[in-house]
Amino acid sequence: MYTLTDVSKTYRQGARTVEALSDVHLSIADGEFIAVQGQTGGGKSTLLQLLGALDKPSRGTVLLGDEDLGRLGSTELGDVRARRIGFVFQSFNLIPTLTAQENVETALAPLGVPATTRRERARAALESVGLGDRTGHLPSELSGGQQQRVAIARALVKEPDVLLADEPTGALDEDTRGEIIGLLEGVWRDRGLTLIVVTHDSWVAHRAERRVHLKQGRITGKAATRV
Amino acid sequence: MFGTYLRRELVNRRRQTLIVAIGMALAIALVLVVNSVAGGVKAAQAVALQSVYGVGTDITVTKATTAADTNGGGQRFQFGSGSGNATGGTRTFTRNRLTVERGVTTFASTAVSTVAKTSGVKAATGVLSLNDTDFTGQIPQAGSGSGSRGGFTPGATRPTGGPDGQGGSAFGVDSFTVLGYDVTGAAIGPLTAATLTSGRALTAADSGKDVAVLDSDYATSAKKKVGGTISVGGTTFTVVGVVKSTSATGASGSNVYIPLATAQKLATQTGKVSSVYVEAASANDIGGVKTALQKTLGSAMTVNTEADLASSVTGSLGTASSLANSLGLWLSILVLAAAFLLAVLFTVSGVTRRTREFGTLKAIGWSNRRIVGQVAGESIVQGVLGGVIGLAVGLVAILVVNIVHPTLTAGTATVGRTLAGGFGGGAPGAAPGGFGEGGGFGRAAAAATTTAAQIALTLPVTAWVVLLAVGLAVLGGVIAGAFGGWRAARLRPAEALRSVA
Ligand SMILES: Nc1ncnc2c1ncn2[C@@H]1O[C@H](COP(=O)(O)OP(=O)(O)O)[C@@H](O)[C@H]1O
Ligand SMILES: [Mg+2]
Repeated sequence: MYTLTDVSKTYRQGARTVEALSDVHLSIADGEFIAVQGQTGGGKSTLLQLLGALDKPSRGTVLLGDEDLGRLGSTELGDVRARRIGFVFQSFNLIPTLTAQENVETALAPLGVPATTRRERARAALESVGLGDRTGHLPSELSGGQQQRVAIARALVKEPDVLLADEPTGALDEDTRGEIIGLLEGVWRDRGLTLIVVTHDSWVAHRAERRVHLKQGRITGKAATRV
Repeated sequence: MFGTYLRRELVNRRRQTLIVAIGMALAIALVLVVNSVAGGVKAAQAVALQSVYGVGTDITVTKATTAADTNGGGQRFQFGSGSGNATGGTRTFTRNRLTVERGVTTFASTAVSTVAKTSGVKAATGVLSLNDTDFTGQIPQAGSGSGSRGGFTPGATRPTGGPDGQGGSAFGVDSFTVLGYDVTGAAIGPLTAATLTSGRALTAADSGKDVAVLDSDYATSAKKKVGGTISVGGTTFTVVGVVKSTSATGASGSNVYIPLATAQKLATQTGKVSSVYVEAASANDIGGVKTALQKTLGSAMTVNTEADLASSVTGSLGTASSLANSLGLWLSILVLAAAFLLAVLFTVSGVTRRTREFGTLKAIGWSNRRIVGQVAGESIVQGVLGGVIGLAVGLVAILVVNIVHPTLTAGTATVGRTLAGGFGGGAPGAAPGGFGEGGGFGRAAAAATTTAAQIALTLPVTAWVVLLAVGLAVLGGVIAGAFGGWRAARLRPAEALRSVA
């Protein structure tokens, strides 16, 4: 699925440069479930941005399949995101003015899906995360766990190759945490997609097939080994 | 999706939508009202001018007054001691003068043909503006009563002559304007703004004859009718027609209209005119014709277009006009700019507040174009909403003005005056033996009326103005949307992952 070779990412902050990722080598197979662990500021989100075609590496190559993401323009990157990548965020990132149903539909808007199909698919996605009876609710009318389920439905509705989740349980209580991870695991198993979850929660990390540790931008430990 | 998202944003962020829309609405309403007032005032001005210069007169040519030409300096009447006729101890004098109107300079009528030959001129006609003044005086007859002339002797018998029978005197001045116009020439000039109410108009056959057409207001006040006579410059004219100013403003070109040739002869102004009325071949090239005429005629002549003449309109109409044109214009520009700025600031700050929202949309694959379109769509709809509210408010304001129908007074500097003044010499003091305190001149009726026309202000609403208002509202939305969209386009999709907690 992914092949990262010698990847570095530096951010410029005025005169200072911060190396968020340094010389990262990583391959991720199709259908893998990987947890990315590490302390705050370790470069987990930066790695996820590169995997998610949100940003380009400063050095090295990031291949998604055989597509070199570093060589794509911003329109093409947007297209990759629209078609192949599903995102789940720590703070859900739902559009506050749109209903659950409409939030899920936003993921299909750039794909040019006709309105009726769009509505049916969004509804089906919400049903698959157990929210078939909440389609008309605004995010503010839903609990945190329910909001994250809507976000997962939004990420899944396009039937992506990869599901990227950045601290998906970071804003949730323990019971809900288990629910959400269970849901993600179920999706991964049923759909055969590649699941990459960033977390500093070792309980969550231990559900994954493989764990990648990031410390000060570098991968530590036996990252390449499959569990 | 676009429509749903747009609607949700506008409805769920009502406060933002309303503030931007109301700001825009105020500006649009103001623009609408100011524009309409300017239009209404312009129309009223045209009415005021039309009644004086006639319909279709694009340009007037007059001669600039120089000190040497001035025929001003007041009216003088001289009476010999034996003149007038005496009845019952009172000597009555009448004197009549027919002169060129004060402040007006005549020039050779050859200028008319020079003007007519100038390229771009469709027609030209010359007129001669005159003023007829009748002076009537009544004084006690010399020799009646006391033996001394021109004074009262203390202790003498009280005088008995004079109009009041007590030795007083009375003087009356009556004046009216007379316009000599070319009855054979082109149909332009003051009379084109008038309709015949009785009798007939002057025709080419009347040239040089002693026939007159009266303005209906003057005819009423002077109690003249068709078939009657009127004395102009001591000559008796037959009244053949009465005309009424179509402008319904009360202002008219003149009180009495007579054939030009007759007027020239009577006023001893043979071959002279006081103004030339010019109709341009094309209404679009009046400025060009003015320049050509000025060049041909030289600097001694004054060439005025209707626009130049508009500045001669005085009174509250003049004030309204300058208000609408200067203050109103600047105020609209200012308020419009403020509304645009408000819309831009609100849109940009809205986009900033929604950084994570747009970052998320970019992260899930929305293109910049789609996001910019969404932001621009929101501001354009806010602008249009403001435009519609503003249009409604503006139209209601205009409707209110049109229902109230305020009247404005308009004076035109060059309009003829009807002067009816009089002086009554009071009787000397009742106490015999004292020094005569008489002769305290009381102004009996000294109302000098300038042609002040009452013009009701009607505010027009044209499709063009409505279009302008809506166009401005859309423009405001587009400007705000452009700024907001530019701002949204610059957001990095990675912003979505920024932790906010
Ligand atoms: N846009 C940015 N500009 C500057 N520095 C950044 C930016 N994003 C991340 N960083 C820096 O890069 C490092 C890694 O950040 P991040 O990938 O967010 O870590 P994590 O998600 O593991 O907490 C941190 O030092 C952070 O301050
Ligand atoms: Mg992070």
